[in-house]
Amino acid sequence: MLLSISNLSKSYDGKVWALKDVSLEVNEGDFLILLGLSGSGKSTMLRCINRLIEPTSGEINFDGIEVLRAGNTGLRHIRSQIGMVFQQFNLVKNLTALTNVLTGRLGYHGSVSEFNHQDRELAFHCLERVGLTSFAYQKVKNLSGGQQQRVAIARALMQQPKLILADEPVASLDPATADSIMQYLGELNTKDGITVICSLHFLSLARKYGSHVLALKDGEIRYQGKPIDIDEQRFKEIYGQDAEEVEIR
Amino acid sequence: MLESMLYILTNFPLLLKGVVIAIEITVASILLGMVLGILVAFLKIYGSKPMKKVVSVYEWIFRGIPQLVLLFIVYFGLPEIGLNFGPFISVVIGLGLCSSAYQAQIYRGAILSIGSEQMEAGLSLGMSKFKTLFYIILPQAVRLSLPGFTNEFTIVLKDSPLAYAVGIAEILKYGRDLIVTSFRPFEIYLACAIIYFVLFQGFYYLFRFIASRYEVPGFLITEQ
Repeated sequence: MLLSISNLSKSYDGKVWALKDVSLEVNEGDFLILLGLSGSGKSTMLRCINRLIEPTSGEINFDGIEVLRAGNTGLRHIRSQIGMVFQQFNLVKNLTALTNVLTGRLGYHGSVSEFNHQDRELAFHCLERVGLTSFAYQKVKNLSGGQQQRVAIARALMQQPKLILADEPVASLDPATADSIMQYLGELNTKDGITVICSLHFLSLARKYGSHVLALKDGEIRYQGKPIDIDEQRFKEIYGQDAEEVEIR
Repeated sequence: MLESMLYILTNFPLLLKGVVIAIEITVASILLGMVLGILVAFLKIYGSKPMKKVVSVYEWIFRGIPQLVLLFIVYFGLPEIGLNFGPFISVVIGLGLCSSAYQAQIYRGAILSIGSEQMEAGLSLGMSKFKTLFYIILPQAVRLSLPGFTNEFTIVLKDSPLAYAVGIAEILKYGRDLIVTSFRPFEIYLACAIIYFVLFQGFYYLFRFIASRYEVPGFLITEQ
């Protein structure tokens, strides 16, 4: 088991709970999809795993290490093994794709000048994995949204992570690009064996790429299982009685 | 008229001697203000609650005191308690402290507009908060703060004649010396005004050029 979370809770103000008593286990090689309405706690949960958000209570065990008990150095070490992909890409737009990918190594190095030949080779390899070698020296601001997200995936890959957390990686992309981004994540999962936890809004993509699904509502787990088993009934439990599934294709 | 212009032209080189010292005062004051301003900006955003209060009071004080009063406190007042800085350093401290309070606002705005996403990305890569600030946030914030910085630089440049009040030989002082012998204040002060105006425009366009070269995409640097 790579990640085990037990009784995780988070409240920002002591009154409203963004996460309530969430427990789950993620095995190596899983592709876990987080579903749920906006504000259901998906982002909070992803950020609690690498403690970008400090949980209020609970336990998180990543690869045998108690995450919540880690000190500053320990936490940085854990974070350097967990890649993260964001909805808004969070790249430095005025730098080239290659430099952005190289920043994935900054967690390991003291400063920018310490990048060596191997790092550059690895960065090129990561860009190759997302099909962007010919764009290595392009500034990120000149790339399309889909290409920018691929650079962000290459940056996460540069960390040589055991786990990738993806926070709605396709929410700001068109359906076709969204699918191709999911394909790249899927490939990292199947070929490299990197475990992925990804929050999504499209059930069709969840069914296509997810090995497991976890659905949150108001910070609580509503459904946990295989994506194929989400029928009309379960869908309404997750998204509310009035919800209609939107199909892209 | 023609005679006046000739008079200005013949004495121009002497006035220009003051330009070097005016630029020295401006650059030194701006640098002091920059170092303190960046520190204040970071403390105001990332500092603890009491720290935020302390730097707020700092800004409040130095924005509220006229530069000339501050300059007199430093130059004439501090020697009383044994701190004797001399005229040049006194001017730099006076102008620098005032400028730091304004520069802090410029940098704070720039850092805040970079957004928490960049900090989040840096932390998620396993970088420390300091490292993220230094390598990711600061280089971008510097670019964003250039338009505001240009403004502040030219303001300090225009405040530099205050140095005359503690006897430093800058543009205005040389002008005064000329007037004592020639009794032609209108021509001389006009010449001083022209020199300051040209300096102001020169630096303004230089920084505007730099700012447009290094602007962060998505954040348009507009006409001031």
